Amino acid sequence: MHVLALDFPPISHLVEWKAFGLGINKVVLGFFFALIATTVLFMLGGQKKALVPAGAQNLAEASVDFIREGIVMQTIGPDGMTFVPLLLALFFFIFFNNILEVIPGWQMPGNARMAMPAFLALLVWVVFNVVGVAKQGLGHYLKNSLFPPGVPKALYLLVTPIELVSTFIVRPFSLAVRLFANMLAGHILLVTFAVLASALWTKSLLAIIVPLPAVMLVLLTGFEVLVALLQAYIFTILAAVYIGGAMHPEH
Amino acid sequence: MSVLAAATYSGADLIKFGQTISAGFGYGLAAIGPGIGIGYLVGQSVQAMARQPEAAGMVRTTMFLGIAFTEALALIGFVVFILLKFA
Repeated sequence: MHVLALDFPPISHLVEWKAFGLGINKVVLGFFFALIATTVLFMLGGQKKALVPAGAQNLAEASVDFIREGIVMQTIGPDGMTFVPLLLALFFFIFFNNILEVIPGWQMPGNARMAMPAFLALLVWVVFNVVGVAKQGLGHYLKNSLFPPGVPKALYLLVTPIELVSTFIVRPFSLAVRLFANMLAGHILLVTFAVLASALWTKSLLAIIVPLPAVMLVLLTGFEVLVALLQAYIFTILAAVYIGGAMHPEH
Repeated sequence: MSVLAAATYSGADLIKFGQTISAGFGYGLAAIGPGIGIGYLVGQSVQAMARQPEAAGMVRTTMFLGIAFTEALALIGFVVFILLKFA
């Protein structure tokens, strides 16, 4: 079983884990954890509808309120309320996947493999395109996204290819790469300082500088908690911005 | 003469050399622009929030969006680094 982070893998195998049956490896177990944690949090939160929320209900209500007021109202507007469940699930699934990065003994963010960010970005791509076509109709959606109004006619020669590439190709790509590279970079950062602290733990005089990487590791772990939260927030808010853009074309 | 003779490298060595050097330089160069950009962006946002605290929520949302877009460039540089170094 190659699950617990009890030894240091070679630097080129930081995110490669052996599968044990059915192609399930540590990363996939992390996905299952994130799925179950998200589900359980909101099942517990929705179980008893107390007037004064406490415990899981408090957390669930606060996070729904955060998604609604902090993300949907800011980017889509009141008619985007139907997307609250999607964005809420996205936020918590990504967050639980990311936070595995700093759980002792696990220390492998699921999003440090390209598969999950790419899938989520593809999901967002499908959602905002379907929303755009459903709200505006195929012709209007393409016209509004490829020929932005208020541009001099001759400039469409330049603008349309750029819009085509940036809206339909670069958007999902950058959404996936942003999440993936942030988590991979954080993971490598933590491993580097952990390896450094471990390698300096010798009987020689070098041991006197062990506190430096060790303290740095503690500080960076705190920083990575922030990054995990921030990346989930950024992914969710960008998804909301894209959906909002598809719903409300610029005039 | 003997120094030159000792320094004969095979093609694979040269490729490895070029990859390693350009990976390091590539990431370093990719970090310059976004570094300046994010610094300027956050500085201006802090100024805006200090001048008009009631608009802080809106400014913060927009600031994070801007950071996300700017940071993507540095991260693509990081991915290129990984690809050059390990692929």
